[in-house]
Amino acid sequence: MVQASSVEVRNVDKFYGPFQALKNVSLSIPAGKVTCLIGPSGSGKSTLLRCMNFLEEYDRGEIRIDGKLIGYDAPGRKMSARNLRQMRRSIGMVFQQFNLWPHMTAQENVAEGLVRVRGMSKPEAMARAATELGKVGLADKLGNYPSRLSGGQQQRVAIARAVAMEPKLMLFDEPTSALDPELVGEVLNVMKALAAAGMTMVVVTHEMGFAAHVADQVAFLEKGELVAVDSPAGIFHAPKDERIWNFLRTYNERNSF
Amino acid sequence: MELSIFAHYWPMLLKGFGMTVLCWILGTGFGMALGLIIALIQRYSIAPVRWLVQVYVEIIRGTPFLVQLFLLYYGGPMVGIRLDPLPAGIVGLTIYGSPYFAEIFRSAFRAVPTGQIEAARAIGMSEPTIVQRILLPVGLVSALPALVNFSIILTKETVILSIITVPELLYQTQRMSTETFRYLEANLVLALFFWVFVEIISRIGRRFERRITHYLIERP
Repeated sequence: MVQASSVEVRNVDKFYGPFQALKNVSLSIPAGKVTCLIGPSGSGKSTLLRCMNFLEEYDRGEIRIDGKLIGYDAPGRKMSARNLRQMRRSIGMVFQQFNLWPHMTAQENVAEGLVRVRGMSKPEAMARAATELGKVGLADKLGNYPSRLSGGQQQRVAIARAVAMEPKLMLFDEPTSALDPELVGEVLNVMKALAAAGMTMVVVTHEMGFAAHVADQVAFLEKGELVAVDSPAGIFHAPKDERIWNFLRTYNERNSF
Repeated sequence: MELSIFAHYWPMLLKGFGMTVLCWILGTGFGMALGLIIALIQRYSIAPVRWLVQVYVEIIRGTPFLVQLFLLYYGGPMVGIRLDPLPAGIVGLTIYGSPYFAEIFRSAFRAVPTGQIEAARAIGMSEPTIVQRILLPVGLVSALPALVNFSIILTKETVILSIITVPELLYQTQRMSTETFRYLEANLVLALFFWVFVEIISRIGRRFERRITHYLIERP
């Protein structure tokens, strides 16, 4: 089992100029559980996720990781870059576009953070990277550059890169949206294994199957509002809000034959 | 064509060529370094410093190299800057090239996908480390063709240094032609030297480019 964080989002507002991307969002993410964020595009789910490691700066409210406020020392007073880095070390993130560093091999991508952030020696980091890549089924791709890996393989390297840092919380920003359909499964399997190991995971996804089968809770957002948080069964089989029902209907229409 | 004059002048021509190469290497090297610093300031510094740097970029880009060189060499002593021809020439080339190099670096940095920077931030990497490990190596790849190109342009700007009596190649060939009245030979040999020089630089540039972009080739 891994050490896992909890996240507490309280009354968060986020503005892009006059446009309000998040409207008074509150959400509890329990430790060791999988929370999926779903909703139509532009609903603010990615923004909310990115606020959790302060890649996106929220304007009001608070987000606490294990009780510790991220991004701010006090309301309106930003935290020092050093303290923010310290907090980010235990938050892993996986992006839609993988964002591997193209000039490093798979192994170097994973080892980089261990050396530069955790201060590990190069040989130790490389050995560790090999182990982590083995866990995601890429033991034979250590020396490959990202350009020579498939999308699914790249995303698994990206997951290994985040996991190698021993995070207590993992954020996934549409991790399978840029993948060819036949490659989605391999990435979801790695994520399922991570969930089974007890990692706290927040996953923005359009994979309703994953949300339904792996998530402990599902949050539905629309137009910057958190409409509902419920068990997958509650969201998918007995949606209490018309907006959820509409969203799922569109989703089902698009995915039926 | 009177080739026999070269029997007498070749040591002088070689010395001139050596001086041209020296001015080019130092002027380009320092200019590139200054350009890189400017680009980093433009990316990371606070607004007032950025504006100041932008004013420098606009002024240098907006004025001819010859005028800058005159200001430095003949105007400099009036404000206490007294430089010999060679240092003045190198400083001049450095200043003249820096804003162009800065622009090349600036656009190259912008071409580095934001996601790659965010991925580094997300694992807690510090900004200086990000510059060193991600921004520079990834950015350099897209900057290289433009860097080589502008460095080649600078080879030919070195001839202007002859006006402030730096004994580079044009200075020497002019001396040769005024002493022998063989203008055709003198200028042909001048052109030949530059052509060979540029050819060598562009070959080195291409080889270097292949070496640092090896990871972009999709299949081994």
